[in-house]
Amino acid sequence: MSAGQLPRWVDYGLIPFVNLAAAFLVSGLVVVLIGENPLEAVRILLWGSLGYGEGIGFTLFYATNFIFTGLAVAVAFHAGLFNIGGEGQAYVGGLGVTFACLALDHIVPWYVTLPFAIVGSALMGAAWAFIPAWLQATRGSHVVITTIMFNFIASSLMVYLLNSALKKPGSMQPETRTFEAGGRLPFLNDVFPSFGFGYAPVNLSLFVALAACVLIWLLIWRTKLGFEIRSFGANATAAVYAGISPVRTIVITMLISGGLAGMMAINEIMGSQHRLLIDFVSGYGFVGIAVALMGRAHPVGIVLAAILFGMLYQGGAELSFEMPNITRDMIIVIQGLVILFAGALEHMFRPAITRLFTPSRALAAEEA
Amino acid sequence: MSETPAIELRGINKSFGPVHANKNIDLVVKKGSIHGIVGENGAGKSTLMSILYGFYHADDGDILVNGKKVTIADSKAAIGMGIGMVHQHFMLVDNFTVLENVVLGAEDSAMLAGGLDRARIELKRLEEEYELRVDPDALIQDLPVGLQQRVEILKALYRSAEVLILDEPTGVLTPPEADHLFKILEVLKKEGKTILLITHKLREIMAATDSVSVMRRGEMVATRETQNTSMEELAELMVGRSVLLRVDKKPAVPAEPVMEVENLCVTDQRGVQVVKDVSFSVRAGEIVGIAGVSGNGQSELLETLSGIRRATQGRLKINGETIDLGTSTLDAADMRARSMGHVPEDRHRMGLINSFSEYENSILGYHRDPAYSSGLLMNIAAIKENAVAEIGKYDIRPPNPMLKTASFSGGNQQKIVLAREIERDPEVLLVGQPTRGVDIGAIEFIHSRLVELRDAGKGILLVSVELDEIRALADRILVMFDGRIVGERGANADEGELGLLMAGVEDNAKMSVEGDVR
Repeated sequence: MSAGQLPRWVDYGLIPFVNLAAAFLVSGLVVVLIGENPLEAVRILLWGSLGYGEGIGFTLFYATNFIFTGLAVAVAFHAGLFNIGGEGQAYVGGLGVTFACLALDHIVPWYVTLPFAIVGSALMGAAWAFIPAWLQATRGSHVVITTIMFNFIASSLMVYLLNSALKKPGSMQPETRTFEAGGRLPFLNDVFPSFGFGYAPVNLSLFVALAACVLIWLLIWRTKLGFEIRSFGANATAAVYAGISPVRTIVITMLISGGLAGMMAINEIMGSQHRLLIDFVSGYGFVGIAVALMGRAHPVGIVLAAILFGMLYQGGAELSFEMPNITRDMIIVIQGLVILFAGALEHMFRPAITRLFTPSRALAAEEA
Repeated sequence: MSETPAIELRGINKSFGPVHANKNIDLVVKKGSIHGIVGENGAGKSTLMSILYGFYHADDGDILVNGKKVTIADSKAAIGMGIGMVHQHFMLVDNFTVLENVVLGAEDSAMLAGGLDRARIELKRLEEEYELRVDPDALIQDLPVGLQQRVEILKALYRSAEVLILDEPTGVLTPPEADHLFKILEVLKKEGKTILLITHKLREIMAATDSVSVMRRGEMVATRETQNTSMEELAELMVGRSVLLRVDKKPAVPAEPVMEVENLCVTDQRGVQVVKDVSFSVRAGEIVGIAGVSGNGQSELLETLSGIRRATQGRLKINGETIDLGTSTLDAADMRARSMGHVPEDRHRMGLINSFSEYENSILGYHRDPAYSSGLLMNIAAIKENAVAEIGKYDIRPPNPMLKTASFSGGNQQKIVLAREIERDPEVLLVGQPTRGVDIGAIEFIHSRLVELRDAGKGILLVSVELDEIRALADRILVMFDGRIVGERGANADEGELGLLMAGVEDNAKMSVEGDVR
């Protein structure tokens, strides 16, 4: 009767694949319409993202961002919350990283700064999620609305700070001074020269992201808090019956979610830019929603989806370089289509696929 | 009467998955009459009316309106045939005026102004004709529920309804408002309208209707002329003499009270008082049954005692501790810590998380127990071990703790809940509808488990709408009606007498209840 009885490989494999195929099919049509060869476009996209060391490095760099923001959205999903404030939480999380780096980069090496940067970014991201969480928990103000609004507030706040207190003295640029070595994460190219990542900014925060995946998996499926989060998300009435406080669950889940989004700033600020600057999040927070949807809110799925979106970002850049007809904007269209099919239209093929798999299974069960 | 009936239903069937909500229903409603339909919640009344109003489609069977066979595709078609419905939960836009609500969906044209003016004139005529006075410019949110209901009736009449279906119309009304409603219905009848009144309150049926049909478990069991029947007969028809339940049990040996409830009052989210000054006690080693038609405050009583719902006032003594329920902030976990188990009335909505595995549900509510943790992480092995033990002891099938709970049958799901709550050895167990939707085999099993728990010296509060179940299990029976405990009887109480109490007929005997009020 109920959905959710699909075999795992269908739920986690076939449906995302069908969604993706549909997205690429429509994208292919768009490419044909502007007079380019779609197969050639796919070849360039794949080669650009996976074909050589530097391309892979860029893909992984983007993927690191998406793992953080995807995990952030996924954790909230498990509690039935839709945190679309990853953008703002990551932006404000940048403050945490920056404070740690500005304070410590002269005195200590990067591996001492890193824990402070992690804690700082998570705290700032969590703080930015706290007010929407509190309003949702106690007043019923919907987090979708409040987190969107907080994205705008974050944006204005950061512009203000970068034009005043945080600005490098004597500079016209709305950005902080560049961090010294103690505020810079090593690039993977320096750590593993044999991979030939070249000038790609992929850095050690990739491992922070992977560690976060493991910890989040443990949290959601192996701790009491995770049990409570999942209970609340699956059936809030039953959760109250079980003595799980909705207020506590909503607030804690959103703090974790915001913290994860904030940690994205480690990759961008400490790992690549080495300074805090305007609009460094540039949409990674929003893409995290699609990553979480496509990854079915599971850390393994999120890593895979993050790599896919990393490929789209990196391969897309390559594509617009190789095929001048396909502009930067076209790439955004293709990304948009993937988000549309994997995220917003996630349920488009699901009923048909469910029907395809349910009757035969039901019959088999009857015969058994 | 040879006149064609306003509504005739022939052999209506409707199933929702495995639930057969309407079985071969035949119904004839005479023109210009008030026809009551009674039955317990879940008897299939609302389903039947939804079919008549086009919300659902019957699996088979015919609907005849004024003698003509019709297909009612949706509520718009029903309105077109002159059928109007006043829902239990009003379908009004709170921040619109009365006039706007009446016109909504029947605006006639793209521009509002003309339609509104015509509606205002029409509304005035309706008001005078049927004595349905409401200020057309008042906002719905400012009106009391009685007037909101009047707007619903006006809406139907504005759409020239000839047949008016009222679904539990008095559920939200105060007694004077209800009286007024019945006066309105009389006027409507005099003007030639046909009224279908759905309720589970027998007093209303006797006071307001010309004829009455009784539904039970999806079947239409009888139709009577109201003047030729009695509340006793209707009560008996409604409750029915289903499978005779027999439970082997020794007489109870009650000891000291383990739970005492004093002056409990509960108000629901609509602001209606649903539990009214209820006092009783449960002693160790006895099962106290609360009988009553559902919707008379039993659910709220259980939810309040278990810490899910807040009371406006009242005291609860449990385990030697007195809790002021009016100010208490104790939640369900705190009540469990005070050794109170709770098998909720609705296992799907509350007792289980259907998307979880069986083993996860086997600790729902007890997941903070240190026995299921090792350090920061949950001890999955220990949880599964416990689940496997409960599966064995309660014969839960299929015996697979990894299986999603939704894949278990109703009886086995209930056993999962029961095992979880009983195996924690609570001093007091609250049990709601323990055998709703459960097959006979599982019913017997569940009943004997409850009796075992009683014999182990625990106190059990049992709420059930199945009178047979109450009579089979309870050592003392309290009857709830309209939020109050209206009577107390012993285990061998007469069924007809209980039926009357459940239907809100005053307890003439007024048995002494000081033993419970204390």
